[in-house]
Amino acid sequence: MPIDITMPALSPTMETGTLSKWLVKVGDAVKSGDVLAEIETDKATMEVESIDEGTVAELTVAAGTEGVPVGQVIMRLQGEGEETSPLPASSEGSGVGSASAPPAPPVVAPATAPLSARQAASPTSPPRGEVEGARVLASPLAKRIAQAQGIDLAGVVGSGPNGRIVRADLEVVVAPGAKPVLAAVENPPPTPPLQEGEKKVAAPLPVSDIPHTFEKLGNVRKVIARRLTEAKQTIPHIYLTVDVRLDALLKLRIELNAALEPRKIKLSVNDMVIKALALGLRQVPKCNVSFAGDSLISYTRADISVAVAAPSGLITPIIVGADAKPMSVIATEMQALAAKAREGKLQPHEYQGGTASLSNLGMYGIKQFEAVINPPQGMILAVGVGEQRPHVVDGALAIATVMSITGSFDHRAIDGADGAELMSAVKTLIESPLGLVA
Amino acid sequence: MAAETFDLVILGSGPGGYVAAIRAAQLGLSVAIVERERLGGICLNWGCIPTKALLRTSEIYHYMQNASAYGLSATGVSFDLAKVTERSRKVAGQLNAGVKGLMKKHRITVVEGNGVLTAATEITVTTGDATRVLTAPNVIVATGARARDLPGVPADGIRIWTYRHAMVPPEMPTRLLVIGSGAIGIEFASFYNDMGAEVTVVEMLDRVLPVEDEEVSTFMLKTLTKQKMRILTAAKVSDVTAGAGDVTATITTADGTATTESFSHVIVAIGIVPNTENIGLEALGITTDRGHIVNDGFGRTNVAGIWAIGDVTGAPWLAHKASHEGIIAVETIAGLHVHPMDKAGIPGCTYSRPQVASVGMTEAKAKAAGHDVKVGKFPFIGNGKAIALGEAEGFVKTVFDAATGELLGAHMVGAEVTELIQGYVIARQLETTEQELMETVFAHPTLSEMMHESVLDAYGQAIHI
Repeated sequence: MPIDITMPALSPTMETGTLSKWLVKVGDAVKSGDVLAEIETDKATMEVESIDEGTVAELTVAAGTEGVPVGQVIMRLQGEGEETSPLPASSEGSGVGSASAPPAPPVVAPATAPLSARQAASPTSPPRGEVEGARVLASPLAKRIAQAQGIDLAGVVGSGPNGRIVRADLEVVVAPGAKPVLAAVENPPPTPPLQEGEKKVAAPLPVSDIPHTFEKLGNVRKVIARRLTEAKQTIPHIYLTVDVRLDALLKLRIELNAALEPRKIKLSVNDMVIKALALGLRQVPKCNVSFAGDSLISYTRADISVAVAAPSGLITPIIVGADAKPMSVIATEMQALAAKAREGKLQPHEYQGGTASLSNLGMYGIKQFEAVINPPQGMILAVGVGEQRPHVVDGALAIATVMSITGSFDHRAIDGADGAELMSAVKTLIESPLGLVA
Repeated sequence: MAAETFDLVILGSGPGGYVAAIRAAQLGLSVAIVERERLGGICLNWGCIPTKALLRTSEIYHYMQNASAYGLSATGVSFDLAKVTERSRKVAGQLNAGVKGLMKKHRITVVEGNGVLTAATEITVTTGDATRVLTAPNVIVATGARARDLPGVPADGIRIWTYRHAMVPPEMPTRLLVIGSGAIGIEFASFYNDMGAEVTVVEMLDRVLPVEDEEVSTFMLKTLTKQKMRILTAAKVSDVTAGAGDVTATITTADGTATTESFSHVIVAIGIVPNTENIGLEALGITTDRGHIVNDGFGRTNVAGIWAIGDVTGAPWLAHKASHEGIIAVETIAGLHVHPMDKAGIPGCTYSRPQVASVGMTEAKAKAAGHDVKVGKFPFIGNGKAIALGEAEGFVKTVFDAATGELLGAHMVGAEVTELIQGYVIARQLETTEQELMETVFAHPTLSEMMHESVLDAYGQAIHI
C-alpha cells in the first residue's frame, strides 16, 4: 500500500509550514531515519525524517511552497515491489487542492471508538504520532480533551512520568493567550486582530522614492512581530530597575573558572545571572507565575528563557529547572543551545515554555533597558553592561563595577512590591554570590 | 549542649511522619524522627489498624450467629471481651514493632520525647529531665490530630469515650450512644451493634456518612436500621452527664422534641482537633487556618524550611493522605520533580458492615461543579459472586463527565468494597475514560465485575440488569 507522508505539526502554534527543501527525489529508495525534507516552521527549520521504508513515488508539494497546511500530503512512498500510482485527487479528505484549510483527519479505526464519532469528525490535525510514527504519550482523557478542543498534543509538554501528557498540562495550554493556536479560549482570542495588524504591516506601503530594498518576512520575524504586539497590547508592564555591584561575582567567577578549567567549562556573567534570577524566582514564587484570565498559574520550578540573537531573529532557548542546576551545567547547556539557535536547529521543546525570561544587552554597552514580556510568562529581566562607575561605598566615593538590571512585570499577576522583592533577592544573590553555588 | 545535626527532622511518627522518614532515608538524607508516644502514631496504635482487628471479630461473630444460612451449625456462640481487645492490641503491637524495625533498617534516628520547634531549624526534645537539641535545614511537622471533645464535657474514659477508649472497652456497653456518623462513629456503631449492644447514632446533619454520595447515605441508613441500629439524623445531643451507673443525654430530634435518655456509654465522634499546641508554631509565625497548618500542596508552610503534612494540615484526615503528603514533601526537599497533592484522587473507606468506599466527586457535587454527568449504578444482587458469598446487598455507582468521559467519582457500598475501590482510584490517576474501562476484561466470578457493569450502565450498556 502506498504510504502518504503529510505535513507534520512541529509546534503547537504551527498551522502551516514552508517546505523549504526536498532532500529526496522521485525514485529514491528511503529507509527509516532518512531525512526527507526541510520544513521552516514559525521558529525554526526542522528536518522531517522517514519512519517508513520504500521508494519515493511522488512529491506532491514543490520545494519552496509556503503555507502548506498541517496534515496535507506532501509526498507518497511506495512499499517494496508495489506499482506506483499517482495520488488520487480526493483521497480520504486530504486532497492536495484544499490548501486553504487544514483537511479533516481520516477517521481512525472507527470500530474501536464507537463513542467518539463526534470528536473524530472535528476538524483537527492528525496526531503527530501518525505523521512521524512516534507514539504521543498522553492519558486517554488528555487525548480526548485535546481532540475536542483542537489541541495538537505534539507541542504540549507533558508533566507526567516520562513526559506523559495529562489533563493538567492541557489546562496550562488552554490558558488565555498561552498558545494563540487555540480556539477554545473564552476571552476574545488575541490572534485574529493581531493577524489583521500583521496584514496591515505587510500590506504594500506607499511606494517610496527613497532607495530601498523589499524583503518578505520569514516565519520567525512574523511570530516575533505578532507575539511582541500581543505582549505590549495586552500586558500592563511595570518596570523596576536596580543597580547591582558586580565585584564579588566577578571575583567568584574567576575562582570558579579556574576550578572548572580541567572540565573545559567557562562560566559567563550571564550564566551566573541566569542562576541568580532562577534562585530569586524560587525565593519569591509570587513572580514565577502566568496570568491566565480568571486564574493564576504558579510554577514550582524556574525555567529561564534566555534571549539569543539568531540570524533569523530573536529566539529564546530555555534552561529548564535553572533553579536546581549547578552553574556549570547552565553554562554547558547555554553554550549548546546558543549554538543551535544560531544554526536555526532548536527543537520546539527547547524554546517553547519557560516561566520567566532574561535578556542581556550588556555586551553592546547598553547601560539599562526595559524588555518586553514574553507571554504567557509573568516577567523578564533586562541586563545592562557591567562597568566601572563612581559608587558610594561606606559613605565615601569609590570605584566599583556596577550593572543595572530592570525587571518588566505583568502587573495583572504581580504587584509592584512583589516585583521589588524579586529584584532585591536577585541583587542580593549577585552581590553575595556564594548563594549561587550553595 | 551540643546540637545533633541532620538533613531532616520529622516531628511525629504516624503514617505521615514515619513514611516520610523512610523515603528521606532512601534518598540519602540523614533523618531524625521525634515521637512523644508510640512509633506509628494513632493509625497503627489507636486508629486504622486496631479497629480493623475489632471489626474482623464482630464480622466473624456475625457470621457465626448466621451460620445456618451457609448450612453450618454453631451453638453457644459467645465472646470474651478482654480477649477480643487483647487480639486488637496484639495486632497494634506487632505493627508498632514493625515500624521500629523499619526505622532501624533505614538508620533513622528515633528520638523519644516531646519535641518543640525552638527555631525554624531547631527542635528541642524533652524526655523527663533530659533534653536533646536537633537541628536540620528542613523540619516536617506531622503531629496529627486528636478527637474533638463535646463542649464542656471532656471524655472521662469511664462513661464518656473517644475512639481511644472505645478501642479498649473496660466493659461491654449495653446501651450505647454514638454522637457523630462519620467513618469513626459508624465503624464503632457497627462493631458494638454486631457485638450485641443496643446502639443509637445521632447525626447533626440530615444523613449518615455525610461526606459520601447521598444514595450511599440512604442505603446505609436503611441497612443499619434493618440491623436494629437506631439512627437519628438532623438531631442534636446536649446535656451529656455522666452518673455513677449510667450517662444521660438530651436528644433533640428534627421536629424539635427533646427527650433525655439514659445510656451505659457514649462515644464522641464529632470530629478532630489538630495537634498544633505547644510545639512552637506560634513563635515562628506559621500560618494556620481554623487550627490547621496551611501548606502549598507540596508540604511547604509559610516559613522557609518548615513543612507540614497529614492530619495537622486538614481534611481529609486519612492515613494514606498523610503518607502521600509525606512522600511529596520529602521528594520536593530532595529536589525531585513531584506533583502537588491532588485531594480529589484520595479514596475514603469505612469498614462497617456493610463497607463503604469512594473516590472523587459525589453525583451532587459533580452537578454543582457544572458537570453534565452520566451516572451508572449496579446492584450486588446482579453479581454472581456476591450471591454466592451471601452478600447480595449493596451497589457500585459511577459518575462520569458526559463531555469528556472522565471518571469524576465512584461510590460503593457492600461487602469488600474497601478492597475494590482501588481499581477506580488507579483508573482516575491514569486519567482513563469510560472507553478504557469498558474495554478492560474483569475476571469472573468476582465482585469487581460490578465495577465494569456500573461503567457500562452509565452508557446504557450494562449486561446483567
